[in-house]
Amino acid sequence: MVRYLGRKIFIYLLTFFVAVTIDWLIPRFMPGDPIGMLLSRIGSRPEAFKYLYTYYVQAFQLDVPLWQQYVNFWKGLFQGDLGVSIWMYPQPVMTIIRRAIPYDIFLLLPAILLSWFAGNHVGALAARIRWLDNTILPLGYLLTATPYMWLALVLVWFLGNQTNLFPIAGAYSPQYRPHLSLTFILDVLHHWFLPFLSLFLVMFGGWAIGMRNMIIYELESDYSRYLEALGTPQYLIRRYAFRNAMLPQITGLALQLGGIVAGAVATEVVFAYPGIGYIILNAVQNKDYFLVQGCFLFIILGVLIANFLIDLVYVLVDPRTRLGMTGE
Amino acid sequence: MSRKLTFVVLSALVVGSLLLAACQPQTVTVTVVQTAPPVKETIVITPTPAPAAEVVYPRNETLYTSGKQWGPPTSWNPLQTGAYAMGVIGLCYETLFLFDPLKGEYIPWLAESGKFVSDLVYEVKLRDGIQWQDGKPLTAADVVYTFELGKLPGVYYAGLWNWMEKVEAVDDLTVRFTFKEVRYQSWYNLLYSVAIVPKHVWEGRSDEENVNGPNLPPMGSGAYMYETHSEERMVWKRNDNWWATKLLGRSVAPKYIVDLVNPSNNVALGRFLKGEVDLSNNFLPGIATLVEGGYPVKTWYDDAPYMLSANTAFLFMNTTKKPMDDPDFRKAMAYAVNVDEIVTKVYGNIVQKADPTGLLPTWAQYVDKAVVDELGFSYNPDQAKRILDQAGYKDVDGDGFREAPDGSKIELKIMVPFGWTDWMESIRVVASSAQAVGINLQPDFPDFGGYWDQLTGGTFDMAINNFGSQMSDTPYTFYSWLFRSPIEASMPNGNFGRYDNPEVFALVDELDKTPKEKMAAVISKIQRIQLTDMPAVPLWYNGLWAQWQDAYWTGWPSAAEGASKYLPCTWNGYWNMTAILMLTELKPAQQ
Repeated sequence: MVRYLGRKIFIYLLTFFVAVTIDWLIPRFMPGDPIGMLLSRIGSRPEAFKYLYTYYVQAFQLDVPLWQQYVNFWKGLFQGDLGVSIWMYPQPVMTIIRRAIPYDIFLLLPAILLSWFAGNHVGALAARIRWLDNTILPLGYLLTATPYMWLALVLVWFLGNQTNLFPIAGAYSPQYRPHLSLTFILDVLHHWFLPFLSLFLVMFGGWAIGMRNMIIYELESDYSRYLEALGTPQYLIRRYAFRNAMLPQITGLALQLGGIVAGAVATEVVFAYPGIGYIILNAVQNKDYFLVQGCFLFIILGVLIANFLIDLVYVLVDPRTRLGMTGE
Repeated sequence: MSRKLTFVVLSALVVGSLLLAACQPQTVTVTVVQTAPPVKETIVITPTPAPAAEVVYPRNETLYTSGKQWGPPTSWNPLQTGAYAMGVIGLCYETLFLFDPLKGEYIPWLAESGKFVSDLVYEVKLRDGIQWQDGKPLTAADVVYTFELGKLPGVYYAGLWNWMEKVEAVDDLTVRFTFKEVRYQSWYNLLYSVAIVPKHVWEGRSDEENVNGPNLPPMGSGAYMYETHSEERMVWKRNDNWWATKLLGRSVAPKYIVDLVNPSNNVALGRFLKGEVDLSNNFLPGIATLVEGGYPVKTWYDDAPYMLSANTAFLFMNTTKKPMDDPDFRKAMAYAVNVDEIVTKVYGNIVQKADPTGLLPTWAQYVDKAVVDELGFSYNPDQAKRILDQAGYKDVDGDGFREAPDGSKIELKIMVPFGWTDWMESIRVVASSAQAVGINLQPDFPDFGGYWDQLTGGTFDMAINNFGSQMSDTPYTFYSWLFRSPIEASMPNGNFGRYDNPEVFALVDELDKTPKEKMAAVISKIQRIQLTDMPAVPLWYNGLWAQWQDAYWTGWPSAAEGASKYLPCTWNGYWNMTAILMLTELKPAQQ
């Protein structure tokens, strides 16, 4: 057990190191000069241009050699300092990310959990009930194959623009200043609903299909047939099948949860929902090295931690893993 | 074993549903309990002088705008031209004069008057009774302090101190500027674009902070005070003690101005159509159809071109590369491009074809008609072919495209930033126009970073750009961008094609030193060179994108008779070109 964990932890640390290094490298390989772009946006007059250029290059420490920038990056990382954003200069990257993450959790956690819960149950039911199977299966395939972006746009068009039922962008109406009141909370939920719905629907399709197929597979497998031959009641066989079918679904859920901090880029962009996904797009477009790095750092951490937890949960949930560990 | 497994699966589900419960109904119930009483207070807002910031900006007391912010507001420093949040200069900080581009007049603003009292001395008299938003008087000392800030590197008017000797306060209301050499065009431009800042607030801070700091919260003399900002918007609140109410009888009706950050064009359009935005300065393709289709949407003109013209889109050609180094080739391009197709098909008639000189309609008086008649161009593919034939560009290998006179192949690219959809469509037209006369030109769409690198680094073939051709008080700003000198490794401020001609550089410099009434002669010489050498081809005028609706505010300016003629524009640099006066004309709509 200790050896197993030790090996896992070592692999995870190595992955972290490599991933973070790549994360640091990639923005710097993008064509385009972030300071030049910052100044072109500022529209500085010619008289001040050169001075400002030097000033900003120094301010962002882009004038030191690359290896030095890399070392500085790790140094900062261990002090929890991710640098200052170029796009939203002079705000620290940490502040921006900290402000955005609650929106991602608020949007994605309910969407992932509810769709997982509903999808698994509807999928399991569909495996047993023919008429449900005939309706859920094509619908599920349709939903899961729908690009998030497209569904989001359809919802915006129909429920936002045509019928005027829901707002089309933002996390709350521009006439409010965030505060604690029923009106404001209802307004926030009003804005939250469409992005939530678009995520929920697509994810729901995936879970339902997955579960339905797994259950059918399990019901067809030898142990089910054996139980059947022994005269075991149907509900008991299904319960066993459901249990076994859950394993991959749990993995999937954990991976999804790990990706929460990545936000949902397409959805957040369509709805201009101010989560990490929305920020990543802008950071990339503006060659904001520090903000891109910061966002991806959190994604790396999220995915690695989720994977690590799956490894642990599997030891508990699946006896075969445990056997494999002690058997060697 | 199996019991354990059940337990784990069950607990996963329980945890899941707990999380669900945690993030949904609970928040609602908790907050309902906590905040039921204060709700009434916050919604029914009465104009009580409560010190606490208000939380709701009532729709009928608020002017909603969009179109300036393409990212979250991050600076309120009037020295950071372009970067500052919507309205920092104009709503909050004010200038000595305003400039009315439609009439070509300077309007005294903080200044009561200003004139040259001798060849090298300019004197400004301030209005008596102007107050900063904190109640302190605005005096000559503030003006002197503001102009002396220009001695710091990084301030956009730092160049002023190359030709200004000193600035001094004669008395509380009189400022005297003494020059080493008068650069009339730059000077008048600065008079309406430099925003006066309060000395008593700024002098206590470091130079570094004054030049590069965000200056939050800003405190100026203008009609609006900083209220709040977030990633999505900038909020201004009316200054009820604004000096212009007392001194000029002008006041502003909207209690709040909320400027929304544009996430994308489709959201901008959606918000506008839903009536969430009163004045939109976004480029909204297809707006003409809405105006004609009877939507309650208004623009400056009822008919094409719908919008005023704000700047000129140029086709820049890299004169350091073959064959763009050949004036004949460049001239052939000018004849080859079908601008009418861009105007009608790409823009749906909301832009206008540019004059061959590229000067905006507001500068029409400076176009030398004789020069244009002699050297001007218009769409004429046959003429383009003739010029190319005569210059020796012929299709030698029979692939349908011309080769250079030395027999080498011509394969060129024209670029605009990816995602700038109107420009992307435009260069498709430019490329097909060029192909029609036998020039192998292909459209290219790098992202903005790549575009900007190639454009300023001089590695591109052809590109569209308009950044420095904005409407202003003097065509000098236009020419100093078009013929930016000297040619350096990086050219971020114009002359992207690196057209190197000392003669025209000298003329542009001379133009700066020429008073308004004598400018025409110098400009005529510049235009002759421009049209002979054709370093860049003016294509169309981008509009002063502005559309608005009457639901909450009326009294908008327009070309219609009886309407005011101030610019309906929230972009930086336009508030001091009469947009602030536009605001004083707005009235709440009858509900």
